[in-house]
Amino acid sequence: MPVANGAIMTFSDLKQGMNVRVVSVDSALEECRRLEEMGLTAGTSFRVAKVAPFGDPIEIDLRGYRLCLRKGETTGFVLEKLD
Amino acid sequence: MTATENKTLTVAIVGNPNAGKTTLFNALTGSRQKVGNYPGVTVEQVSGSLKLPSQPVHCIDIPGLYSLTAVSEDEKIAISAIKGQIAGHAKPDLLICVLDASNLERNLFLYSQIAELEIPMVVALTMVDRVQRKQLTLDTHRLSELLGADVVEVVGHKEKGIDALKKVVDQNLEVKRNPKIQLLETSPDLSKIDQLQERLARIGEDIHRADLLQMLQEPDSAVERYAQDFPEIADEFKEASAYVRSLDQQSRELTTQDRYAWSNMVATQAVTKSPHPPKRSLTDKIDALLINRFWGFLIFLGIMYLVFQSIYTFAGPVMDWIEGLFGSLGEWASPKLESNPTLQSLVVDGIIGGVGGMLVFLPQILILFFFIAVLEGTGYLARAAFMMDRLFGWCGLNGRAFIPLLSSFACAIPGVMAARVMPDPKARLATILVAPLMSCSARLPVYLLLIGVFVEPKFGPTWAGVALFAMHMVGLVISIPIVWVLNRKLLKSKRLPFLLELPPYQWPKWKDVGLAMFVRGRVFVKTAGTIIVAMSILIWAASYFPRSDEAANQTKFEQTWVADGNTAEGEEYEAAQEKYVAEQQLEGSYLGRLGKTIEPAFVPAGFDWRITTSILAAFPAREVVIPSMGIIFSLGGDVDEESSDLRSTMQNATWPDGRPLFTLWTAFGLMIFFALCCQCNATLAAIKRETNSWKWPVFVFVYMTTLAYIVAVIINQVGRLVSG
Repeated sequence: MPVANGAIMTFSDLKQGMNVRVVSVDSALEECRRLEEMGLTAGTSFRVAKVAPFGDPIEIDLRGYRLCLRKGETTGFVLEKLD
Repeated sequence: MTATENKTLTVAIVGNPNAGKTTLFNALTGSRQKVGNYPGVTVEQVSGSLKLPSQPVHCIDIPGLYSLTAVSEDEKIAISAIKGQIAGHAKPDLLICVLDASNLERNLFLYSQIAELEIPMVVALTMVDRVQRKQLTLDTHRLSELLGADVVEVVGHKEKGIDALKKVVDQNLEVKRNPKIQLLETSPDLSKIDQLQERLARIGEDIHRADLLQMLQEPDSAVERYAQDFPEIADEFKEASAYVRSLDQQSRELTTQDRYAWSNMVATQAVTKSPHPPKRSLTDKIDALLINRFWGFLIFLGIMYLVFQSIYTFAGPVMDWIEGLFGSLGEWASPKLESNPTLQSLVVDGIIGGVGGMLVFLPQILILFFFIAVLEGTGYLARAAFMMDRLFGWCGLNGRAFIPLLSSFACAIPGVMAARVMPDPKARLATILVAPLMSCSARLPVYLLLIGVFVEPKFGPTWAGVALFAMHMVGLVISIPIVWVLNRKLLKSKRLPFLLELPPYQWPKWKDVGLAMFVRGRVFVKTAGTIIVAMSILIWAASYFPRSDEAANQTKFEQTWVADGNTAEGEEYEAAQEKYVAEQQLEGSYLGRLGKTIEPAFVPAGFDWRITTSILAAFPAREVVIPSMGIIFSLGGDVDEESSDLRSTMQNATWPDGRPLFTLWTAFGLMIFFALCCQCNATLAAIKRETNSWKWPVFVFVYMTTLAYIVAVIINQVGRLVSG
C-alpha cells in the first residue's frame, strides 16, 4: 500500500510514472466538478501513465481506467505524492 | 395523454462515450437507421427500428454522456431526450444502459444517476472480452443484484448476446420495473419492507419487492384497501412508506463522492482481480513507440501521407469514371431534346452537369470516411489527438482538429463533416469555420493554369513548384489568427476541459466502418445534392437568359470576318463564329451584365469584367472557373488547364486602353483570391447541415469573400507601386 510522503503538489508538477493522491478539489470550479464526475474525487489515488511529446496533455490511470487531460486546465486540485 | 394499444414503444440506448454504444446500436438496428437533428441544435439524433420477438420498437441512440449534470448545450439535449422532455419526441419506455465491463467503476457513476430517473432499465454489459484479457473475473449475477436490473453480456460486433438482450428487453417492456439501488454506504435497512412483503404473502398477495417499493411511493390507495380487513397491514404500509420516502429524500443530496463510493463497492463485488495481474499491456508497448517524441511524429506523418495519397490515388480513377458517366449521359440526352434548345441546355448543362459536378466528390468522401473509421476503430485517432493537442491548443482549437483540417486539403466537405470527432462544440465550430480556408483540390486547376502562364515561363519549374506550395500554405497560415479572433470575439460559448480516452488498440470492426461510409455518403448525396442542383440551375439560367439574337450575331461576325479579308467558310470560320456568338450571349446575359456592373468594384484588384464574371460564375463551385474563363476569354466552353489557347489568350488579353490585363501581381492576386474566397455551395450546404443554422454558412461566405477581396486589392496595389 503506497503511503504519502508529505509532498504537496499540483497537476503541473506531475511527471511520468508518479503515484499521487487527490487531497482536495475546488468544487466551486465547473471544470473541477467535471473531473470529479470522471472519478477524480478527493481521496482518489492515481498514476501518471503517459505524457504527450510536448509535455501536455497527460494520461492518468485511475479507478481501473485511463483518462487524458491537460495539466494546464486542471487547476483547483491539491495533490500529494505517494511513495 | 391516452395510451393507445398499438403505439410504437421507444427504447433509448444510453451510456458513456466509448462504451460500445454505437456498435450495440448498429447490431440491434442493422442498417434500419436514420440520422436527423434535434430541433435547433447540432446534436444528431440517430434512430432506427429494433425488431423484438414480440413487436418492432423505435430505438434511439443517445449521444454519449459521462454524467447527467449538463455543461454543454449538446449534453443538455441528450439528457432531455432521456427524460422525454423534447417536444415531438416520445419519452423512452425503457433504457438500455451500456456499461463497459473493463471500466465498470466510472461507468457506474452515470448508472447511479440514471437509475434515479424511474425509467425501466436493462443493462448491456460490453467489453467482457477485455475484462477476461485483464485476467479479471466478472460475476454478472451479483452485478444484476446490485444494480437492481437485468444484466446481459453482449459482444456487439460478433452479434453475441444480441438475441438474449432483445428477449430481456421484450420481457422488461412487458413487466416494467424501475432499477433500485442503494447508494448510501450505510446501506439502508430494508427489513421493514421485507417484513411487510412476508405479511402480504401470508394473506395471499405475492408482490414483487420492486413493485412494493413502487406502491410505497404512493401508499394511499393500498392503505385504504387494507384499512378495513387488515388494519395492522395498513399501519405498516404507512410506516414503511414514510421510511422509503425519507431514504429517497437523502439520496437527492448525494455528492459525487458518495456515488463513486457506491460504484467502487459494486465494482469490487462484481469483479474479482486476479492475484497475478499482467505486467505491461500490449497497448502500452505499442504506445511507447507511437507516442514517442521522435518515432511517434514520424509514424504520424507517414500515416497522414498514406491517407491523403490514397484519397488522390484511389479517388482519381473513380472520379474520372463518374465524370465520364455524366458526360455520356449528357451526350445521350442531348439529341433527344434537340427540338427544345432551352430544355436541352437546362437538362444537359444545368441538371446533368450540376449533379455530376457534385457526385464527383463522393469517392473522396467515402475514402476519407473509410480511413477515419479505421483510424478511430483501431484507437489511433485518439493517440494522434493526444500528440497534436499542444500544437493546436494554443489558439483555441484542440488536438482533434487536425483530422478535419488536413482532410480539408482534399475537400472541405468531408473536412467539415469530420469535425464531428470533436466533442467540444466551440472548438468544433471554430474548426468548421476555418476548414474551407484550407486549399482543396478544386483550387489546384486554377493554380496550375495561372502559375503555368505567368510564373513557369519566366522563373522556371523550381519556382513554379515553390509557388504551388506557397498557395497551399496561404489558407493554413491565415486560419491561425482567424481561429484566435473567433475564439476571443465571436464564440462565447462555455469551454469544456479537454478530456480524452486512449482506448486499447484493436482491429477495426469492418461492419461499423462500412456503415459509417454508407450513412455519411447517403447524407452527402441527399443534402448537398439538392442545393447544388438548385444552384446549378440558377447559374445556368443567369448565363442562358436573356437570349441574344443568334442570327444577327452570326451575320455581324460574318461581316467583320469578311472585312478582315477572310473567306466566310471552312472549319476555322465556323469555330470562330461559334465562339463569337457564345461570347455575345454571355456578355448580354444576366450574369455578364452583372459582371460589367460589378467590374468597378474589382478594378482595384486588377480584375476586368471578364475575370469578374468568371469569379461570379464560379461562386456555386470554384471548378466552374476554368470553363467559364474559357467561354469568357472567347474560346468556347471546352477548355481545361492544359489548353494553350486559353493560356495565350490570357497572356495577350488587354484592358480597353491596351495595358496588359495580367501582370505577375494580378495573377498572384487572382490565385490568392481563389485560395481565400468561399466559392463552393456544397461546402456551405455542409456547414449549414453540420451547424444546423444558416447563420454560420452566411458568416463563412462573408468573411472569406471579404478577406479574399481585401488581400487581392492589397496585392494589386502593392504590385502597382513596386513595378511603377
